[in-house]
Amino acid sequence: MSEGPTVRIPTEPRDPLWFRLLPHPLISLVILVAWLVLDGNLTPANILLGGFLAWLLPRITRRFWRHPVHIRSWPKLVRFAVIVIWDIVIANLQAIRLLLKSPQDLQPAFFVVHLELTNPIAITVLANTITLTPGTVSADLSSRQERLLVHGLHVPDVEATIALIKARYEAPLKEIF
Amino acid sequence: MLRFAVIVAMLLFTVSLLLNLYRMVRGPDLVDRILTLDSLYVNAIAIIILLGIFLGSTLFFEAAMLIAMMGFVGTVAVCKYVLRGNIIE
Amino acid sequence: MSTELPFLVELLVSALILAGAGFAVIGALGLARMPDFYMRVHLPTAGTTLGVGCTLSASVIYFSFSLQTLSVHEFLISMFLFITAPVSSHMMAKVALHTGVKFVDHTQGRPWPSRTQRPSRDNSQILSDWQTRDRKETE
Repeated sequence: MSEGPTVRIPTEPRDPLWFRLLPHPLISLVILVAWLVLDGNLTPANILLGGFLAWLLPRITRRFWRHPVHIRSWPKLVRFAVIVIWDIVIANLQAIRLLLKSPQDLQPAFFVVHLELTNPIAITVLANTITLTPGTVSADLSSRQERLLVHGLHVPDVEATIALIKARYEAPLKEIF
Repeated sequence: MLRFAVIVAMLLFTVSLLLNLYRMVRGPDLVDRILTLDSLYVNAIAIIILLGIFLGSTLFFEAAMLIAMMGFVGTVAVCKYVLRGNIIE
Repeated sequence: MSTELPFLVELLVSALILAGAGFAVIGALGLARMPDFYMRVHLPTAGTTLGVGCTLSASVIYFSFSLQTLSVHEFLISMFLFITAPVSSHMMAKVALHTGVKFVDHTQGRPWPSRTQRPSRDNSQILSDWQTRDRKETE
């Protein structure tokens, strides 16, 4: 990191003890689960080793996590994930129908989505969601993180697509993060 | 039946590898080649998993996992290099 | 391939494998046919990720039944692919925009107001161009 000493280390003395020990509980949880799934057995020694890594790795890399992940509403996150997975399957089938047509009939388009999100993690999730639903790829983010450039494979109505992205993906993300 | 399905699927994946290879040779830009390399490693993961089913062995997961990780890092490193002129800033 | 599976399981696994291979071929076919890069970059996310996803689910079902234990390694691989595929697509689209890759004429809209379509050039020129631009931006 080029910032060096100006990086704010998110463990202040006034934080509670568990927070000082585990500055990023979500990352720790993901590491522990990934470790157990990779190894495939649930012996106490293995859980202990996974727990040690889950404590150690976020601590070593903590200066890379300047914005702690904070999820305000778990039920909404689950609902959002279900919607996205469903959309991925549906949009995949639509995209495959498009692919079987002649490429000359497609109407590709560049369009700009003006973001209302400000949290970098929320913007990342939105850009990834747009790319994962086939037919749209997020191509670039403006330098002040307020506009997202999207390319669509077949967009007959640009305004409707922007409105759909804002209503279906951006609005839930605003409430989650 | 499963044996037959796996063989057919492997043939189909080989066809898709060849189509990717065609696009990689045609180009015409550097990014097209990065894109086909990305697509090639994803197809390679599928073929390795199919080989694992075919031979009834779970030893292939680690290879697939490693290819997934290395392929992603490779793609991002090449993109970063073309964008910025260096990889680790 | 030695253990006997119930017929329905075998049918499901075979169908998933064939569907996955079909998606991958359709994606690769699109990759070979599409006229410009920005249309091609959609296809790995569309065809290949779904194709590999189907193959990995087939593998989960097959090994869970043949080894009589839940086999979850493949979930890790498919989770990893689903997380990384959009990141690499985004990076490649960004590279294409910044190096001025051409797009087909009937594309609606233009990338950013400041970066209009430029002719595609050879890569050494693009690199030196972007390095000087980076230097200007940091000054």
